[in-house]
Amino acid sequence: MAKVVYKFGDDISTDAIYPGRYMATVLPTETPQFCFADYTELNKKLNSGEYPKGSVIIADNNFGCGSSREQAASTINGHELVVIAKNYARIFLQNSINLGLNLITCPDLEASVGDDIELEGKEVVNKTTGKRFGTLPLPEARMAIVEAGGLIPYTRKKVMEKYKV
Amino acid sequence: MTIVEKILARASGQKSVKPGDVLEPEVDVAMSHENAALVINQYDEVFSGTGLETKLWNPDRIAIIFDHRVPAESSKTATNQKKIRNFVKKNGIKKFHDIRSDEGGICHQIIAEYGYIRPGYVVVGTDSHTTTHGAFGAFSFGIGATEMASVWALGVVLNVEVPETIKIIVKGKLPENVYPKDLILHIIGKISAQGANFKVIEFHGDTIENMPMSGRLVLCNMSVEAGATSGIIPGDAETAGYLKAAGVTDKIENVLPDADAKYCGIIEIDASKLEPQIACPHTVDNVKPISEVKGVKIDQIVIGSCTNGRIDDLEIAAGILKGKKVARETRMLIFPASWSIYKDAMKKGYLEIFSESGAIIMNPGCGCCLGIHQGALGDGEVALSTTNRNFKGRMGNPKGEVYLCSPAVAAASAVAGYISSPVKGEN
Repeated sequence: MAKVVYKFGDDISTDAIYPGRYMATVLPTETPQFCFADYTELNKKLNSGEYPKGSVIIADNNFGCGSSREQAASTINGHELVVIAKNYARIFLQNSINLGLNLITCPDLEASVGDDIELEGKEVVNKTTGKRFGTLPLPEARMAIVEAGGLIPYTRKKVMEKYKV
Repeated sequence: MTIVEKILARASGQKSVKPGDVLEPEVDVAMSHENAALVINQYDEVFSGTGLETKLWNPDRIAIIFDHRVPAESSKTATNQKKIRNFVKKNGIKKFHDIRSDEGGICHQIIAEYGYIRPGYVVVGTDSHTTTHGAFGAFSFGIGATEMASVWALGVVLNVEVPETIKIIVKGKLPENVYPKDLILHIIGKISAQGANFKVIEFHGDTIENMPMSGRLVLCNMSVEAGATSGIIPGDAETAGYLKAAGVTDKIENVLPDADAKYCGIIEIDASKLEPQIACPHTVDNVKPISEVKGVKIDQIVIGSCTNGRIDDLEIAAGILKGKKVARETRMLIFPASWSIYKDAMKKGYLEIFSESGAIIMNPGCGCCLGIHQGALGDGEVALSTTNRNFKGRMGNPKGEVYLCSPAVAAASAVAGYISSPVKGEN
């Protein structure tokens, strides 16, 4: 069980998740410090650990729209945030899957900051209100990558097949 | 089949494909900019523990073009660029464009200018505006750095789901002072920032057929702002003519949609009724006709980017700025999209017009479009820009605001100091 620490609206861009001015920082080990950097309080509480790993952020439609910067996925991954949105922009969704971040698509979620959320099978349960919400599975084509633990291990296997290692 | 279905069928060795099919299409061009530094990191990671030496599938199909932070704004960027240069040298990558005035520019402009593109190609780029190259009838889309590492190793994009296609038919002549930028802003406003998510936009109609490549590039460039995987325009004589002028000598074979191609939506637009359009803060789909936003005071005007930094954009701006001054309380930055455009503008006298007017001419590159290299906004400042995004924080400051427009509106507004119509007598 984890708490909702932030509630976003529609069209949260990759500039909001990881501002362009930090793009010279590329390594997944270094990107988490700039997560939601322009949401000063959120950023501070993520970095100080006041919002622990595994905390939940929720959003409406088109989360992650905009740039292809992979830092937007790795910065969230670094804080092990659970993202629950109504739907996602394409490149951000793919980048997240490639890095092994399991985004949750929940079109009807009703939750507020502070609510306790639990994932039970294919449902999101708001323990605070007692309501349950269905989730949509990831596109089938992406599941193989998730099951392999991300695109690097998935590609590594393909490379070994290619060169018959 | 639609254009994209045909391209994906060819690239994956299938007779036919349909939306939802999962394929591993071969890649014709794999493009990166400074984020190649992360791609290299991930690429090394793919091979680690396999006992294999790293091996690119085909260095001749890889393009690396420095544009985001040129020249480097920090030691960190300079070190990333150095790492990429070493990689390029070690691996014999020829389509490399360094920070030089005899080969440099914004990646999407260079791919076009150097004729690295053909109709029917599958192009991937670690930049969301890779949709630009759909203007040549190619399937061209943005991917992340890890996915590019996978392409570098294998030469295919793994697990691509064939997207559905929306057909947009544009008819009529664009009115005077209305440009392809106004058309695409209008379309994004109409279908929303998520209206084409996971889909391809195929552009048709006489407006498109009569549009030069520079305008087609604008439409496809900004298709991603409606969420599209790619924009795409059927190749024709204009496409072939552009590529020939770029030095391409091989035969150009266009991929055209079948008469019975299936579209998930068809939208018709009358271009003859449009007026200049403005995307207001902080989303690209917050689009209004200029008549509703005229008079907003502007601190910084920007002309440039992969969207509107081409020679005809500069020509329009020079025509308006000639003999005039940029308003005293407004500053104006001009970023040509490549060095060949910069030099062309110099020969044609546009740079002189700009410098006489008080505008600053910057070196070609992504510049202040994404707030990482020069031209940041101060707290509470407002920019009017020909670039492609106005997200909060985009121009380097979450306390700033960005409006998007055509080069004509940008130039007219630079003279006025506030959002102003390029149509004479309308202010």
